Amino acid sequence: MTDYKTVFGSLEDYAKGGVHIVDDDPKYYAFSNIFEVASQAAPYEKIAVGKNLEYVLEAIRAEGTSEWRATPHDEFALVMDGTVRIELFDPTAELVDPSTGGSVTLHGEPEGNPMGTVTAQRGHMTMLPAGKAYRMHCDGVGVVLLQTIEGPDTVYRWADICQTF
Amino acid sequence: MTITDEAPNQLGYRQFRVGGFTFSRDEYFVTVEWPTGNHQMPVDHWLRCVQRDVAWGFFYGIVNFDSVIGTMNHYGTVDMFAGRFNEAYRRAEVDYNETFGHDELLDCFRAMLSDWTNEGYDPFAAPLETGSAFGPSSGNNDEAVTRRRVVAERMVGVPGDEPLRSDDSGFPVNRAFADVDQGEPEIDAAPGYEDEVCSFNLFAYLSRSDVTWNPSVVSACKESLYCPTTEEFTLPVIHGNDRVEWFVQISDEIQWDVEDRDTGAKRARVIMRAGDVAAMPADIRHTGYSPKRSMLLVWENGSPRIPEMIAKGEAPVHPVDF
Ligand SMILES: [Fe+2]
Repeated sequence: MTDYKTVFGSLEDYAKGGVHIVDDDPKYYAFSNIFEVASQAAPYEKIAVGKNLEYVLEAIRAEGTSEWRATPHDEFALVMDGTVRIELFDPTAELVDPSTGGSVTLHGEPEGNPMGTVTAQRGHMTMLPAGKAYRMHCDGVGVVLLQTIEGPDTVYRWADICQTF
Repeated sequence: MTITDEAPNQLGYRQFRVGGFTFSRDEYFVTVEWPTGNHQMPVDHWLRCVQRDVAWGFFYGIVNFDSVIGTMNHYGTVDMFAGRFNEAYRRAEVDYNETFGHDELLDCFRAMLSDWTNEGYDPFAAPLETGSAFGPSSGNNDEAVTRRRVVAERMVGVPGDEPLRSDDSGFPVNRAFADVDQGEPEIDAAPGYEDEVCSFNLFAYLSRSDVTWNPSVVSACKESLYCPTTEEFTLPVIHGNDRVEWFVQISDEIQWDVEDRDTGAKRARVIMRAGDVAAMPADIRHTGYSPKRSMLLVWENGSPRIPEMIAKGEAPVHPVDF
């Protein structure tokens, strides 16, 4: 039987592909690489690598401990590299308007009840439930891909991250 | 109404008719006839295309079986066409289009899949993992061709939502993903929060997928849908977009051929490796090649308003401007 080797990427080891144009503009493909984006990011910067109307995919460099954030809708955090500990928290008060999109930064510690923690490694996907708060921690450097809606802290850097020629 | 009242042919296969289209098969080929023309396709390729069209409920936009035949979803009704997205057919005015109720065409395709799929052939499987589609009629593989598509409400693994996969539930790790780590995340939920502290190993889940080129929903942030899929060999259909869609390559490599949606003129090749992200504009069609079984995250905006928004110029054809 053939011995197959599955190739995943990491901050240390990724090999980017690309758009080979026949008759088109490469910008239309918004081609980037999550590990490349995270390798050039500040800790917990939320850099959009995908956008479909109001919905975004954010590449996040997990390093040290993040601020607390409150989310008005479910978000999903997929660890692409490293080990990331996610703390979930049930706030007593409503911290974010449920009709808005994207999570907001909380200043200081929220009040309420700890819901628990998830320690996630590469490939593990964690639900960040609507109306709740969370923060992330990584001892080294990790990468998280976040499925969410554009919010006040979403960073757009298309010209820097995408293939343009 | 699908008409299948004629006796099966000498090889044991029935003929199907819906509207002006007639479909018949022999040992190797499917023959499609319509009022202004006819067309043939190898039956293995045909069954792979019909299987996906059925499983996806005609998917988003256009599902081209090749450069001539395909379907276009209008989410309630569906067009079946011949030569509609082929410049030569259109110029010669021999292109043909007919609109059906969603269920009418689906029922025809379902009956065809059941009758034309022989025992031992699985249209969802990679060629190295299945038997032959050719030859005279012999048995069926209804279990394989009626698989249910996974559609999570919130996320796979959340209590009450789509379950995880395991050996016991009939999803062994695929031969090409034997090296994928099967460890689950460490979850420590406070009492009362067990149903909301949820996490699962998506890569392990995908390593246990028994189908290829079949995007299914594992998480939903309102209308933002993660539809990962495992790919091996070629995407049988040429998918014509009616909205921008995005790809995140999770493992290994896929190469995409991108063509103009309406004419088929080549626009680009997109080579995607692990960690790469790329958009597919709303006015293209694409097909993909995966030499080794790979994991691809297809990201869709499932909003039913998008095709109309694009037509009115309210939604962009290209994903971002910069
Ligand atoms: Fe597609």
